[in-house]
Amino acid sequence: MTSFVKPKIRRKNEPVNALNKVRADYDGTASTLCAGCGHDSVTASLARAFYELSIDPQQVVKVSGIGCSSKSPTYFMSDAHAANTVHGRMPAFATGAIAANSALTYIGISGDGDSLSIGLGQLAHAMRRNVDMLYMLYNNGVYGLTKGQFSASADLGSTAKKGPANELPPIDPAALALSVGATFIARSFSGDREQLVPLIKAGLKHKGFALIDVISPCVAFNDHKGSTKSYAHTYQYYHKAVHADYVPPSEEIMTAYGEGELMPVELHDGGTIRLRKLDGEYDPRDRAAAFAKVLDGQDKDEILTGLLYINEDQPDMHARKNTGPRPLNQIPYAELNPGAEKLAALQMTMR
Amino acid sequence: MTGPTINDFVIKVATVNGTGSASANGLLMKAIFRMGVPVVGKNIFPSNIQGLPTWYEIRVTRDGYGGRDGKIHFSVAMNPETYTSDIAELTPGGVLLYDSTWPRSDLTARADVTVIGVPLSAMCNDAFAVARSRVLMKNMAYVGAAAALLDLDMTVIKALVEEMFAGKPKLIPANMQALALGFDYITEHYDYPLPFRVKPMDKTAGKVVIDGNTAAALGCVYGGATFGAWYPITPSTSLMDGFASYCAQLRVDPETGHNNYCIIQAEDELAAAGLTIGAAWNGARAFTPTSGPGISLMSEFIGYAYYAEVAMVLFDIQRVGPSTGMPTRTQQCDIQLCAYASHGDTRHILLFPANPRECFDMAVNALDLAEHFQTPVFFMSDIDIGMNDWMIDELTWDDTYVPDRGKILSADELENIDTFYRYLDTDGDHITYRTLPGTHEKGAYFLRGSGHNKLGRYTEKGPEYKEVVDRLYAKWKSAADAVPAPIIVKAKSKTRCAIIAVGSSDPAVIEARDRLEASGIAIDYMRIRGFPFSKQVEDFIDAHEEVFVIEQNRDAQLLGLLITETSAPKDKFASILHYSGAPLDFRFVYDEIQTAVKVRKIA
Repeated sequence: MTSFVKPKIRRKNEPVNALNKVRADYDGTASTLCAGCGHDSVTASLARAFYELSIDPQQVVKVSGIGCSSKSPTYFMSDAHAANTVHGRMPAFATGAIAANSALTYIGISGDGDSLSIGLGQLAHAMRRNVDMLYMLYNNGVYGLTKGQFSASADLGSTAKKGPANELPPIDPAALALSVGATFIARSFSGDREQLVPLIKAGLKHKGFALIDVISPCVAFNDHKGSTKSYAHTYQYYHKAVHADYVPPSEEIMTAYGEGELMPVELHDGGTIRLRKLDGEYDPRDRAAAFAKVLDGQDKDEILTGLLYINEDQPDMHARKNTGPRPLNQIPYAELNPGAEKLAALQMTMR
Repeated sequence: MTGPTINDFVIKVATVNGTGSASANGLLMKAIFRMGVPVVGKNIFPSNIQGLPTWYEIRVTRDGYGGRDGKIHFSVAMNPETYTSDIAELTPGGVLLYDSTWPRSDLTARADVTVIGVPLSAMCNDAFAVARSRVLMKNMAYVGAAAALLDLDMTVIKALVEEMFAGKPKLIPANMQALALGFDYITEHYDYPLPFRVKPMDKTAGKVVIDGNTAAALGCVYGGATFGAWYPITPSTSLMDGFASYCAQLRVDPETGHNNYCIIQAEDELAAAGLTIGAAWNGARAFTPTSGPGISLMSEFIGYAYYAEVAMVLFDIQRVGPSTGMPTRTQQCDIQLCAYASHGDTRHILLFPANPRECFDMAVNALDLAEHFQTPVFFMSDIDIGMNDWMIDELTWDDTYVPDRGKILSADELENIDTFYRYLDTDGDHITYRTLPGTHEKGAYFLRGSGHNKLGRYTEKGPEYKEVVDRLYAKWKSAADAVPAPIIVKAKSKTRCAIIAVGSSDPAVIEARDRLEASGIAIDYMRIRGFPFSKQVEDFIDAHEEVFVIEQNRDAQLLGLLITETSAPKDKFASILHYSGAPLDFRFVYDEIQTAVKVRKIA
């Protein structure tokens, strides 16, 4: 198996973005995942979001762990640097990379196996640090590459392809993220591009750690009757709570919805996330309310989706570390060297 | 090798952990140092914050030897719990000073040592009101008593106390008073000074007293490291503490107030390794300080960095293993672990500093080598070097130094090439070009720990895989000439006998070798400073028939490496192993070699 590059053919009058790039400029190599895999739909949404935001691929870093989801950085934006790291350890690698250069856009791609079992600790600590990145958690409740073991997100009673039911309670990434300090928490579904693309855009523009838990069914090992992460189950229990759109700094917010339904959240880049209530008075700017809503959704077996929580007021890792706007990797050595005289002075106390 | 005599003896101070004795012991050592007499300090401490016994050993060495002596001549016994062992280990003719507020007749059981009682607690309780200051002042009082017995210069001590409390001058009179209590009690009640004592010399000019972790931290600052990640672990903690405090002083932009560095305390060593690799991959000079248990945890990422070719500097401040082992005791027990850390065929570059001066220099070397060879580099220090006070030549810096960032393509260079392939050896030196994210659209590549070919693409094809790992081997091999060269000391006469050692064994070996030579046993010495081994290492072994490999572990790890990685015949080597956890002393080395030479009739 080797990867191959998709041909890039530019059609006449094909729409371009602000960088004069077409949507296909955000493609990667052809996917080697199973036909119908939810992950490929998410990949397409990612490419669409980057294209629509006119982000230059070479200013993006894609990072992933190990697993089916973690293979997908290859399948979009070939012109971006990428690192397929170690199982469950992407958050640490990403945090280090982000520390070295604050000026790029970082997207992490992981799965429920990579993030919620072996990588649970690192995910939690990246969220605590409010590392400025978008973290996509492709969630299918199952280990695909090792052929169908339950993951830590599998619901109680959900059955495996071979029959047995899962006996352990699931880890809900949204509830986890709320408890450890993530500042942008969303859930969506690979099959709902209309919801997912705007969420990705908002997550990329959020200053701090943005988690999107994407239900992305595994057609090979977890799409059968009895599974709670199948396409059929997801469609049936899908519940949209809040819709989020990203509005760039240049655009004015147009009130397209009834007053009271619209909740604008100002971002650090001057843009705005425009939230639309789809479920009563639920306000995702309220952490306690978000917790209650997520727990309520668990009780009702609802797959609660949309932007579940947002907080733009928390400092990100760079702000906490006071590293300033200039990337660490661009500081000339002359500014890093305290000089020979200083070394002599420092040693005066060592005599 | 007799002693004790003027400027050649060992003081051992026994105290209770957490009673503030460290600054008193430092004062004692520095006073001797300022009198121009070479000193060696060894802190022997428990894995504990408060309550357990702790010792501080000060060797006064007019010849300037940097290792432990192995004998104790003057015991300052401030911990009744250890009186028995403190008096037992004194050499005949030794002196024991103790707090006679509670007289102990059992201490006089040894006829060959002199016991000097000073009612330190009673005097301090009378003189000071606050309970905590009574405890602290008792420390100063024993320094005063020791100063009288050892003929220390009180003006030097006074100057040191003034420097020590420069920020809190109100504390100076009380401390001076406590010193005087001890000093005066001795002068009034005992014959003083002792026959072995300190006499001013001029052998400490141009020297400083510093520990290896502090020196390595300074090396990281001067070497241009901008990123450090770590998980706290004894005995590496003071390295990152040092880096943080020097950065706070030296690395804050004077105009913007922004930090030109970033330190992250990781959730564990797995993360510390990942953080370091991530930052290095993205163009920051990055390092992580740890110890053996940390290396075990980092091994997964170390293999990744090796295979994906990412720079990474690991400071391994070795401590006694296996498992938790003895966390505050020293060994050289991670040599094999680090040489081949991680699963699959992996091999790494190791540096072996032997003292704080080399810690400073080799920290810079490590940062350069890691970026030059795009691979993990292990800095193999230990507790003895890292946490003890060493007298070394003052650290110096060459301001013309330019960091070796290795092969990084700039935007202009990328503009002028057709296609960039991350793992293509275009120069034929086994080192390929890398690019930093955000430089140029042609620079993008996919970093992966899975099988890849020379173009950087995923592969499961055997020949393509082999091509890359064979180049990695050749690259590693070529580092043999880039690591610091071994230091070879030749005997005055020709000999077929030699010693090989690394790191903190050095001062004890140097002294033992000198004394062996003086007693008629000529022996050459090579201190290895880097791995992979260079041709010089091979040649030195070739040129000798009997080679003693001295190291601080049970399993002869350095010897194992020499047997595996050189063509030398196994039967040429003999192991001398010291793994009690105490820093190596010259007497041990001397005795081992002398016995071996007698038995084998060599040299």
